[in-house]
Formats: sequence, structure tokens, C-alpha cells
Amino acid sequence: MTVISPETASASRSAGIPALLKTAFVNALIALVLFSLMVGIRTEAGSDGQLTYWTRFGDVAALVAAVFGGSIVIELLRQWIGPAGTEKLVPPAVQTGMSLVGRYLAPALLIFTLLVPVIFYDQRYILDLAILVLTYVMLGWGLNVVVGLAGLLDLGYVAFYAVGAYSYALLATNFGWSFWVCLPLAGILAAFWGVLLGFPVLRLRGDYLAIVTLAFGEIIRLVIINWQDLTGGPNGVSGIPRPSFFGIPLDNSDSGLAARLGIEYSPTHRIVFLFYLILALALLTNWVTIRLRRLPIGRAWEALREDEVACRALGINTTTTKLTAFATGAMFGGFAGAFFATRQGFISPESFTFQESALVLAIVVLGGMGSQLGVALAALAMIGGFELFRSLETYRMLVFGMAMVLIMIWRPRGLIGHRAPTVYLTKAHAISSDLVKEGHG
Amino acid sequence: MDYFAQQLINGLVLGSIYGLIAIGYTMVYGIVGMINFAHGDVFMIGGFIALITFLLLISTGLTAIPVILLIVLLVSMAITALYGWTIERIAYRPLRHSFRLAPMLSAIGMSFVLTNYSQVAQGARVKPIPPVITGGYTLHESADGFVIQLSNIQIIVVITTIVLLAIFTWLVSRTRLGRDMRACEQDQTMAALLGVDVDRTISMTFVIGAALAAVAGLMYLLYYGLVDFFMGFVAGIKAFTAAVLGGIGSLPGAMLGGLAIGLIETFWSAYFSVEYKDVAAFSILIVVLIFMPTGLLGRPEVEKV
Repeated sequence: MTVISPETASASRSAGIPALLKTAFVNALIALVLFSLMVGIRTEAGSDGQLTYWTRFGDVAALVAAVFGGSIVIELLRQWIGPAGTEKLVPPAVQTGMSLVGRYLAPALLIFTLLVPVIFYDQRYILDLAILVLTYVMLGWGLNVVVGLAGLLDLGYVAFYAVGAYSYALLATNFGWSFWVCLPLAGILAAFWGVLLGFPVLRLRGDYLAIVTLAFGEIIRLVIINWQDLTGGPNGVSGIPRPSFFGIPLDNSDSGLAARLGIEYSPTHRIVFLFYLILALALLTNWVTIRLRRLPIGRAWEALREDEVACRALGINTTTTKLTAFATGAMFGGFAGAFFATRQGFISPESFTFQESALVLAIVVLGGMGSQLGVALAALAMIGGFELFRSLETYRMLVFGMAMVLIMIWRPRGLIGHRAPTVYLTKAHAISSDLVKEGHG
Repeated sequence: MDYFAQQLINGLVLGSIYGLIAIGYTMVYGIVGMINFAHGDVFMIGGFIALITFLLLISTGLTAIPVILLIVLLVSMAITALYGWTIERIAYRPLRHSFRLAPMLSAIGMSFVLTNYSQVAQGARVKPIPPVITGGYTLHESADGFVIQLSNIQIIVVITTIVLLAIFTWLVSRTRLGRDMRACEQDQTMAALLGVDVDRTISMTFVIGAALAAVAGLMYLLYYGLVDFFMGFVAGIKAFTAAVLGGIGSLPGAMLGGLAIGLIETFWSAYFSVEYKDVAAFSILIVVLIFMPTGLLGRPEVEKV
């Protein structure tokens, strides 16, 4: 089924210097046309509403030169690496080393994470960043159930995050319910919405499913924006109560935790508490996922991912399988949402855009769909990378998009491509012929 | 009744624009079997290029509006088509035999790239232009003073759409390229064995889709008098809804779906609530996919094991 076009096949192997330059020149020419108007002419509405423009031919020249140089480098690299397939030959020594690292990486990371508040106690910035990373780790693990295990591409995951966040925010501000009562409620409500979304899309698959979930996410966001009586519309909900340590507030009042323990109050206590709270929630997600994978339902999810038709032929109820995947993933999204609301103290529809869904999805994909460790590392890399480039605000999403395309081209299975089925036959069994008679096989 | 007639006109015009974008979705889906998620952003790029070309031509002192519009149309179609070609080449072609979700994810990435590229290159603010084509006809004036207007720009949008659709239908049904496209749609391997250049045909599909999206971008610019970097997202989803409603893979279906979505959106805004018009469009997408997955004119998808 592989249709290799003759031009790419020959160009990658036997291209000489003239051919190389020709390719680079053509690419540069294309880049010139592409960038000439979009980059070369900058438009802006003046104060009187009239559009003015000025030229930026220097930028165009720089971009075209970059494309010229870039295509030469890429072409040389392609010749140097050789045709696809040879790069998979990793020396066995390196392989065993990698697997050794792989075995101890997860426990080491976990221990390090547990110690983060101790090591960085004075550095509020790092603690805040760590909480953010853990929130995305949790979201990634939650979405991993839907995308990585069950293979259902969900582009509206942020809807469940929003449902969780708004459930807690509204219940807490209107009825004064505590975080610990609202947390399960937020999860249940999000799971309920997950089933609600799951029902209609049961028959859809692949791309159609992705678009419908995207539409669902947008509908939730638009309803939140427009239902001003309930949600406050674009202004959001503010004054969301902070979580308590099982009923004991974390403030400097006499009944606060610090006063009861007889230690000096510090605002960092709350941050550290939030850190361990999200860590516990994330680990709960991870533990439940790992346990579920060993149960029939988890096996059914993975089977569904591999082949839906075969699943049905084997008598797996695809309806309940898909619905439980949606509900489980949504529930964890709801938990994360409730945590997000209590941490921020303020939520607005702006936090729940499609970009957020795409970011979580990118984490799952980069992590290698189905690999728990991969998702955690991808969340760390992604959110950490975003923080590093915080000063380049406008270029961030541009780079993010490019990275997504490049990952799909180079490592479509993610950084840690772990999609092997959890169960497989290790040994061929001989079956006596009387067992495989017609109707018994 | 007059109000209804006026909304009908507005809806048909809006629907024509959606239909032009929807054709790009439906063609690509028909041949490659993927949702070109970045297509809405190609439409946005088309609008921007039209705007910039227009601005440049005005500043050269050219005053003949028809000439300007013709040049703008051609330049915008040509450059946007090159964008479509490049996108396919960079983001989709290497993934043609990758796993099922890869092209979709790559397309989402590409959509982010295009949105933010135009934000970085042209700024985040809305770009307005003064009305280029003014005037129109009063079709009917009722006793209580309500006037049904048919503006010149509305006429131009509808006529351009009809002409392009005619050219395009001819292209697909009568030319060598159209035959290749239909062959690739049915069976790429077999088409390749029979001497069809599959890569080239797929590239041409993207080129044509992008050119039509550029026309839609220009029409949008003339009709609403503004472009901004974020307009591709919602327009793209609505056009995709139109393609699905009409039956994905079917060209007349895409146009029909576009008109339907335009009418529904306009009537919803006119009679119910403007705030929820996007919710209405998205809900239609979900409802159609659930109850009528093949759309109005689509063929049922046969599942191969």
C-alpha cells in the first residue's frame, strides 16, 4: 500500500550538490511568495479607523534565507541518516541501559516530586509551577483513559474540566459547601456530562468523533459565556473559597491549622498543601487507571482501540465500554477542574478554550498515548517549555503548533511509544485437533 | 413576511460563503479521508492576503474598482493556493501512511501555526476596510415602512459563488484532473497502477480547495468589511458542519449544506437569540452526525474489515 513517489525516493539517496541547491532554491522561492505579502506588508488600523501599512522586506529576506539554509541542512541530514528504517538499529548495550533507566525513572521521579516542597520551600515560583505541571499531568492521565486506552479522539476534554471547575465554584459560592463535599460532586457531575456526550457519539469514530467532541466543548463554553444569571458570563466567578485541611482552615486565625499545631503561620503552608492535594489527586488518577487496565473493562478499552469491529465480533459491549471510558476520563477532568477553581479562587470562560483541550491532547500524544510515565514527562516538558518562553508570549502558540506537526512527522507514537497490548501470548500452544472441531474452536 | 424575506437574502449570502469553504473540506475528505482542520485558517489567510493586496492597489492610485477586485481575487487565490499546497506538502503528505489519528493531530497543529503566524505577522487587532461596493436595490417596501434590500455586494457574492461552482463542477466532471480525482477517491492504489499521479492529484485537491477558500475570504472581507486572525476557527467549524450536513464527499452537498447552515444561523439570530447562534450551528452538527451521518446527498460509508 506504500506509494513512494519516485522523486522523493531518488532525492533522498543520490542527490548531488546541484540538485541540493536546486531544491533549496525552489523552497526559498516558494517561501518568498508565501511571506511576501503576509510578512512583508504590515497592516494596522490607525486611530481614525483607516488602515495604514508599512513594509518589512528585511524580515522577508531573513525568513527566505532561513528557509534556503534550512532546506539544505534538512536535505543533508536526510542523506546522512539514510533512508527511514535504519535509525531503529540501536546497539543492544544502549537498549539495556535504556530499559534500566526506564525501570528506575518512574520511582525516582515520584520520590523527587514528593520532596519538591521540601527542597524548594522558599521558592514560591517553583512551587506554583510544580502545581501547574501536576494539574496538567492529572489532566493528561485523565484524557489518556479516553484517547490512549480506548482510542477515542476527544477534542473537547476541556468541557469536563470546565464542568468540574464551575460545579465547585457555584456550589461553594452559592451554598457554602466545603471543598471535600464538592470534589466528589464535581467528579460525578463531570462524569454525568461525559455520559451525556458519550451517548450520542457512540456510533461515530475517528475524525467525526473528534469534531463532535470539539463542538461539544465549544457549546459548553458558549453556554457558560451566555448564561450570565448562573455563571456570571465573561466576568466569571470570583471569591471561590480556598480548600481546608479536612475542615481546618489554612489561615492565620486562631482556629487555623498553624495555630492548632502551635507553629508560626506562613502563607506557604497553603501552597504546600495544594501541592500535595494535586499530587494525591494525580496519583489517584494514575492508580485507578493502572488498576482498571488489569480489569476486564480496561482490557476491553484497549481491544476497542485496536479494532472495534473485532471487539463487537468477540461479544464486547462497545456501548458500555465507550461510555465508561468517557465517564472515567471526564470524572478525572472534573476533579482537576475543582482543584483548579479552588487554587485560582477565580474562574472565567477564558480558561476553558479549545487551546486548552489541544494542549492536553498534545501532552497525551507527545507522551505516547497510553504510557503513564510518558504523559507525565510530556506534561513536564510542555508546561516547563511554555514557562521558559513566557517572555515570547506571541510566539509560544506558533512554536507549539509547529512542534505538534513535527512530532507527528518524526515520532507519531510519541516520546515513549508504548502501545503494546498488556496481554499477549508468550508461547505457542499446541491444541489437539478434537478441540478445534467445527463449532468448538 | 418582509422581515422573513430579508433574512432569507442575508442567509443565502452567508450560506454562499460557507459553501465555498465547505467545498475544500468535502474534497479533501473525499480523497484523503481526513478532516483538514487547518482549512478554516486557510480561509482566514485568504482574507488577509486579499486585504493586503487591496490596500497596496489602492495606494498605487488605481481607482477602477472592478479592476482592483479582479486583481485582488487572482492574487489572493494564487497565493492562498500556494499556502494550501505547502501545507499538504509539509504537514500531511509525510503522514499519509501513518496511524489513523496522526493527520488529524498534525492538522490541528497546522491550524495553530496559521492562526498564530498571522497574529505574529499582522497583529491581533481587527483590520477594517471602508465599504468598497456600496448601493443596492430596494426590492419591496411594505406599508409600515420595512424595506427589503438587496445590496450590490450581496449580488456579487451570490453570482461569484454560482460562477465558481459552475467552473468547478465542469473541472471535476469533464477534465482529466477531475477524472483523476474521482479515481483517487475510489481507490488510490488502483489509480496509481493505472497511471494516475496520486501525489499530484492530492496536491491539486488542496490547491483548488485553498483557492476557493481564498475567494470565500475575499467575499467575507467585502461583505463584513473586516478580517482578524481568529476568524478561521468558527467559520471553519461551521463550514465543516455544512460539508457534513450536505454529505461529506459530495460537492453539490457541500454547497447545499452551506446554504442550509447560513439560513439556519441567520434565522436563528433573527428570531431567537444572537448570542446562541454558534451553539445552534454546533448543535446541528451533532444532531446531523447522530441521526443522518451520511448527510443530505452523501453515500453511506461501507465499513471494510
